[in-house]
This record gives sequence, C-alpha cells and structure tokens, in this order.
Amino acid sequence: MSEDLEFFLALTLNGASIGLMYSLIALGFVLVYKATDAINFAQGEFVMLAGLIVAVSLSIEAMPLIVAIAIVIVVMIGFGFGFERVVLRPLLGRPVVAVIMATIGLAAVLRGLGPLIFGSETRAVSLPVGDDPIVLGPASLPPIQVVGAAVALLFFLAFSWFFKKSRMGVAMRAVADNQQVAQAMGINVERYFALAWAMAGIVSALGGVVWGAMLGVDVQLALVGLKVFPVVILGGLDSIGGALVGGLIIGIVESLAAGYLDPFVGGGTKDFAPYVLMILVLMIRPYGIFGRRQIERV
Amino acid sequence: MLAINNIEVVYDRVILVLKGVSIDVGEGAITTLLGANGAGKTTTLKAISGVLRSERGEVTKGTIQLGEQRIDGLRAHDVTRLGLAQVFEGRRVFEHLTTEENLIAGGHVQKHGASVKQGIELVYSYFSRLRERRHQQSGYLSGGEQQMLAIGRALMSQPKVVLLDEPSLGLAPMLVEEIFGIVSRLVKQENLSVLLVEQNATMALAVADHGYVMENGRIVLEGPAEKLRSNSDIKEFYLGLNEGGARKSYHDTKHYKRRKRWLS
Repeated sequence: MSEDLEFFLALTLNGASIGLMYSLIALGFVLVYKATDAINFAQGEFVMLAGLIVAVSLSIEAMPLIVAIAIVIVVMIGFGFGFERVVLRPLLGRPVVAVIMATIGLAAVLRGLGPLIFGSETRAVSLPVGDDPIVLGPASLPPIQVVGAAVALLFFLAFSWFFKKSRMGVAMRAVADNQQVAQAMGINVERYFALAWAMAGIVSALGGVVWGAMLGVDVQLALVGLKVFPVVILGGLDSIGGALVGGLIIGIVESLAAGYLDPFVGGGTKDFAPYVLMILVLMIRPYGIFGRRQIERV
Repeated sequence: MLAINNIEVVYDRVILVLKGVSIDVGEGAITTLLGANGAGKTTTLKAISGVLRSERGEVTKGTIQLGEQRIDGLRAHDVTRLGLAQVFEGRRVFEHLTTEENLIAGGHVQKHGASVKQGIELVYSYFSRLRERRHQQSGYLSGGEQQMLAIGRALMSQPKVVLLDEPSLGLAPMLVEEIFGIVSRLVKQENLSVLLVEQNATMALAVADHGYVMENGRIVLEGPAEKLRSNSDIKEFYLGLNEGGARKSYHDTKHYKRRKRWLS
C-alpha cells in the first residue's frame, strides 16, 4: 500500500470514529426533534452536565465506574424529564420559537451553574480502557475513540429497532406526525414528550462519559454540542439514520481537512470545514440526506 | 349510546360557537348532522372527542354522555379509551408512517399486541385495498385510500361510537358510494353507532337513520331520515330539489327566495 493511501485511510478511520461520537450527541437532538418538534439548543450543555456529574461522582473515593455511569444515566433521565415537565409543558401550543428560546436559556443557565457548583477546573474522567492505541489497519486509534464509536453504534441499533418495530416507537412517530390526531387515537401525547426528553437524557449521559473521557470535563465540553448542527442538517433533523451518516461524514471531512489542508494554511480548517459543508447541503437539500420531506399530493 | 345535552362551546373564552346543542346517537344506528360551512358541526364533534382543548376551546355548559359515563371534561386520549373514536375531516392520516403503522398507532389503546394484529386483519377484511398498500407510506396513498385508512385506523381502538367527519370530502362520487357502503356494513356487522357529519346531504340522508340540521351553532331541525328527506325546507336548501321533487332549475327567470320555516 502506498504511503499516500495509508495516510488517507488513517485519516478516514480516525474521522469515522470521532464522527460516530458526534452522531451519539446528535442522536439526543434528533430524538427530541422527532417526537416534539422542539429544537434543543442545549444539547451540548446536556453533555457537559453529564460529564460533570460523572467526573464528580468518580472523584468520590472508591466509586466504581459502573455505579458512576448508572448515577449519571439516572440523573440525566430525571433532568430531561423534569425540564420537559417544568419548563416546556406550559409552552405547549405556543409558537415553536418559545421552546427554542427556553432551550437557549437553559444552555446559558447550565453553562453558568455548572462551574458555580462543581468548580471550573478541568476534571478528568478515566475509563479503564488503557492508553495503548488500538491498531486498525493503517490507523492507530486511541481506545476511548473506539469505545465511543462502539457505544454510538449500539445506541443506533437500539433506537432504530424501537422506532421501527415497537408499538411505543410507532406511537411516538405518530405524535411527531400530528399531535391532535395522535391524541384522538388514545395516545397520551404529553407522556411521549416526556419520554423523548428522557431518552435524550440517556444519550447525553453516555455522550458525557465518552466525550468527557476524551477531552476532560469543563465548560468547554459544551462546545461539542455545536457540531450537532452540521451533523443533523446534513443527515436530516428527524432521521436517526441521518444522524449516524451525518456524523460519519462530518467526522471524516473534519479529519481529512485537518490532514490535507492544515499544512498549507497553518491549521484550523478542522473547525470550519463542517460548517462549509452544512451551508452547501442547505443549498442543495434543505431537509438533509434522510430528512422528512413535506408530502404534497396534487 | 351517545347523548349530548344542551352543550355550549366557547373558544378562547370569548367566542360562543355552540349555543345549546342536543344530539342523541342511537345504538347500532347512523345519525347524521347536516349544516352549511361554519354551522358548528366539526366543533360539535371535537367537543365530544375532547380534542377541542388543544384548540383552546371549552365546553362551558351541558353534558356529554357515552353510555352511562360522562365524558365532557375528559382528555381526548381518555375518551378514546372509553370507546369513542373520531375520523377527522380531511383524512389526516399520519403521512410519514406506512399504512400498517397507521393502524398500529390507531390500536394504541389495546393492551396486547395480539389484539392489534386481529384489528388489522379486521380492517383489511373491510378495506381490502389497504392490504395491497400495507407497506406504502400513507402520505402517498390516493384520497380514497387515505379515507379508508382514516376509518380503519379509528376502528383499531374497538370503539362503540365513531364520529365521522365529512368522509366524502374531495372524493369521486363512485368512491363516496363505496365508502358509505362499507360504513353501513360496519354499522350492521360490528354494531357500531355512528355520528356522521356531512355536506353531501343526499348521501347522508340515504344511509342515516336519524338526522339533525344545524345552523349558527344551534340545532334547527331534527327527525327520522325519511321524514327529513321529504321536508320541503331540506329539499330546497340541502338537496337542491323543488316542491315536486324534481331537480331545481336556476334558469327560471322569476324565482322567489323561499324563506326557511324554522327561522320564523
């Protein structure tokens, strides 16, 4: 294999594993949008909060990792649930902008309260995965990336099954399609909204664990949430498969940009390449690769 | 089966839409509610099914009873659980779900997956065209198929009473006849009670057992369907016939506007 090709493959694999981790966070966003039509601008802050919780609980002496993860999952489910119940439910039936503003407000509150309560130093989350890179063909990946990618894939399989095959999943899609009619089918719409937020909580909890382990936990962790937007716009705001593919594409584009363009311009292309791609996608397919099109019969 | 006693409905706390409406829907029968646009027919249905709330409407006076149970004030999903289903005006299928997924969502109140499967088979036995389209996205079905799906979906909760809102809307006359034929069969074989809202008065009075006429949020006329069919006001204003029963001609140069007797 030529060196060029090897370099390309290494970048691609690295990008793909990071991309899957982006998908994991994007999944939380998609779950909420799909069921409730709400755009959650606080997705990154959800992840940051989860990271903080897991880091703090791990700093307690002799806390087993598995318990810490259980704690963060439970807390994040409660948090998603509570946010829906207390803040969003009174906004039901209001313009969608009201919900968007509420999530932006929540983002600011979390970014302020997190450091206020837990301190602003960067905390480490250490997972027992070792530091020796895992060699995959031409690429050698940090083990945490491989774990993160595996977790993401697992969640995707689980949620795809849920929405396609289970009666609850079908009901949730029905709610997304038309709330009023769903009500008349005996579906308790509010309960499904709460469920969607709780599921977003679970996804964010795991996102917080793997991203926290990779980057360390402080307020900056919330910034990975920004990457959610190119991912979901590329894949389609309401498509689970779209979040997966969008994440992969964004991860790979980022990694390739960093590998090939950075040497010429002195770095930084990684950070804006995804957004350039996002703008292109918006011009060509505004509903994303797998997004739901408005059906119009004539 | 379903009794509506003198209800008033207010939207946004100020707009009085229904001004004392009473309707009785007999068991195993089709009752029709006729009226012009804006008379309050759909609002009446929404008040019964409880979806009125999500439109900021409220039943402020009167009662609604399903069997022995009072259902005004209950939320829509609880009303469905008690055995009342609504077929919305304009079909309103879940466009992004397949035909079969629409039915599964319709059977949400069933406790067991097995009864959902049974329900789906029952629906397919009445609407065989839906079986051919079972895995197709329902947004791309034809208008007639969507109407069949909307009715089938309502049957999935095994209702005792079905509210049917303008099933003829935008459909070819042949399809309308087919759908009304199936509805009549359903009523007989599954012992359903139907409250049918229609603009197509000829069709509605042909299948219904009893009828009500609504104007401006009030019931202005009621009676057995055959009596309404022969009522001269109904003939003139809803069926487009003249006194003799012949088709009314608008070419007649001199024509006096008939005054509705019920408005005196």
